[in-house]
Amino acid sequence: MANEVNTTTPSETVASGGTPPAQPAFGRAVARRLRKIGLGLIFPLALIGFWEFMVRWTGTRLIPPPGDVLTMMWDFAFGGIYEDAFSASLPIHLWVSLQRVYGGFLAAALIGIPLGVALGRSPLLRAMLDPTLSLLRPVPVTAWLPLSMIFFGLGPKSAVFLVFLGAFYPILLNTVFGVKSVDERLLEAAAMLGCKGSQLFRSVVLPAATPSIFNGLRLGHGFAWILIVVGEMTGVPEGLGAVIMDGRTLSRTDLVITGMIVIGVTGFLSDRLIVLLNNRLLRWSPQHHV
Amino acid sequence: MSDIAPQKTEHHPPIIRIAGLSKSFQSETGSFQALRGIDLDIDKGEFVCLLGASGCGKSTLLRIIAGFETASEGTASVFDRPVEAPGPDRGIVFQDYALFPWLTVHENIAFGPKHAGMSAKEVKRIADKFTEMVGLTEFIHHFPSQLSGGMKQRVAIARVLANDTDILLMDEPFGALDALTRAKLQEELLDIWQQTKLTVIFVTHSVEEAVVLADRIVVMSAGPGRVDCDMTVDLPRPRDVSSEPFNAIRRTVAERLSSNLAPGRRLTAGDAA
Ligand SMILES: Nc1ncnc2c1ncn2[C@@H]1O[C@H](COP(=O)(O)OP(=O)(O)O)[C@@H](O)[C@H]1O
Ligand SMILES: [Mg+2]
Repeated sequence: MANEVNTTTPSETVASGGTPPAQPAFGRAVARRLRKIGLGLIFPLALIGFWEFMVRWTGTRLIPPPGDVLTMMWDFAFGGIYEDAFSASLPIHLWVSLQRVYGGFLAAALIGIPLGVALGRSPLLRAMLDPTLSLLRPVPVTAWLPLSMIFFGLGPKSAVFLVFLGAFYPILLNTVFGVKSVDERLLEAAAMLGCKGSQLFRSVVLPAATPSIFNGLRLGHGFAWILIVVGEMTGVPEGLGAVIMDGRTLSRTDLVITGMIVIGVTGFLSDRLIVLLNNRLLRWSPQHHV
Repeated sequence: MSDIAPQKTEHHPPIIRIAGLSKSFQSETGSFQALRGIDLDIDKGEFVCLLGASGCGKSTLLRIIAGFETASEGTASVFDRPVEAPGPDRGIVFQDYALFPWLTVHENIAFGPKHAGMSAKEVKRIADKFTEMVGLTEFIHHFPSQLSGGMKQRVAIARVLANDTDILLMDEPFGALDALTRAKLQEELLDIWQQTKLTVIFVTHSVEEAVVLADRIVVMSAGPGRVDCDMTVDLPRPRDVSSEPFNAIRRTVAERLSSNLAPGRRLTAGDAA
């Protein structure tokens, strides 16, 4: 029967006869990993080279060369170079931005997932809410900015609201989709095994919808990082979006680019966290591993 | 249908009784009759194969017995009660397994007992027992995505056995498996059936599979689906697929299946050869 197994642990034991010493599996995994990182680095390094070249070649003063940005990043993070208002201020800006992103994102998840589940399960609720939600959906979140500033005033609340709106729709729609597209067969299988009512929901609908819900969370999380910058560009003293806006006003392009890089890196790391959780919870589904 | 001879003399009522059953599906383009005038009694402990070309309504009949579809006319009763909904007394094994992909082998098998509210200890005992019965003890922590088709179908069978089902409804369960795995599973299924004394309705379109497995073969014909004939297979088990009597029955059944004769009498395998 053992020969029927499709996938288990890959048999990594290589018979080493007179051939050169067989590389252990671990070594090969590391080599593969390094190769992947190396390949991924080629393009950004080329881009930095091109950036440096273009700045020198055109002699522009509007865009700083990569080295200046690096200096700025160091100063922004640890201070000790320029000793201005931005020196060593990264932690505080990052911290408030993170709070706003996760605040808005969590609120979107806390409302979007239950509402999505309810919409997916109840045709009545769908009939009542679908038209409204469908009409509001095409409105770009940034178009809400003026209204949001009236509702919440100039300040961080408004930014959190934008983040919430941006993350809300992908989470909601993917949850509805996941709940509605549970394989009918699985519901039949559960019913014939004597599982019904709320049990059916907990034991079948919810787990079956998890991949889709995670899809929504990941998308929503991406939008949250986009919108925090928009949200912080108006009337907020702190935050990565505010730093970029200040950089623009002060014509400090090195600051602008520094802000962009910090947001990119943080957003990426934060996304990896979701992916980690995703891969852990969806161990059962190889096609949902990211 | 009236032209089907009555069952052998009965001392107890049949476990499944289908009487005058018809089924039409309604759609925008009109109504489509999938089954017409089915009469069928199945006794406790019988192994019945429903045999017929694709589209003749085998799955529909099985799904009505299972409680997933309702009859348009007539009735399907199980234990003398009309079928209204799916229930644990009728365990279904689907061709596409329908395992819960997020549960391990052991958790899939434990699904029924767990939802019946048994104690964790009892659930584990039952799941262990049936995991072992289908020979998957080594794989209890595997997810369905890590199993071959044959192993998935073993899990599906163990899952309904663990639920203490009385009737096993199987819809072309081995249709997607390679010949070797299929033969092995047929053998295991017969073993399980002999151990558990279940009543089995097994849908197939393979004549050989029907003759290997069944006590009784119900041949269905299409347009609309009805019972064409109902034969008893009297061969002793285990059956030798290369033996002369086996092939004689196989020929009779195959001829019956391909002919479009008027619905016939109930044949006994013996008079065919
Ligand atoms: N839900 C349905 N709606 C409409 N027609 C159906 C439905 N289910 C089955 N049918 C039709 O009923 C007939 C019998 O189908 P089925 O029972 O699946 O046949 P079999 O299992 O013997 O291949 C087919 O013509 C099929 O198209
Ligand atoms: Mg079918």
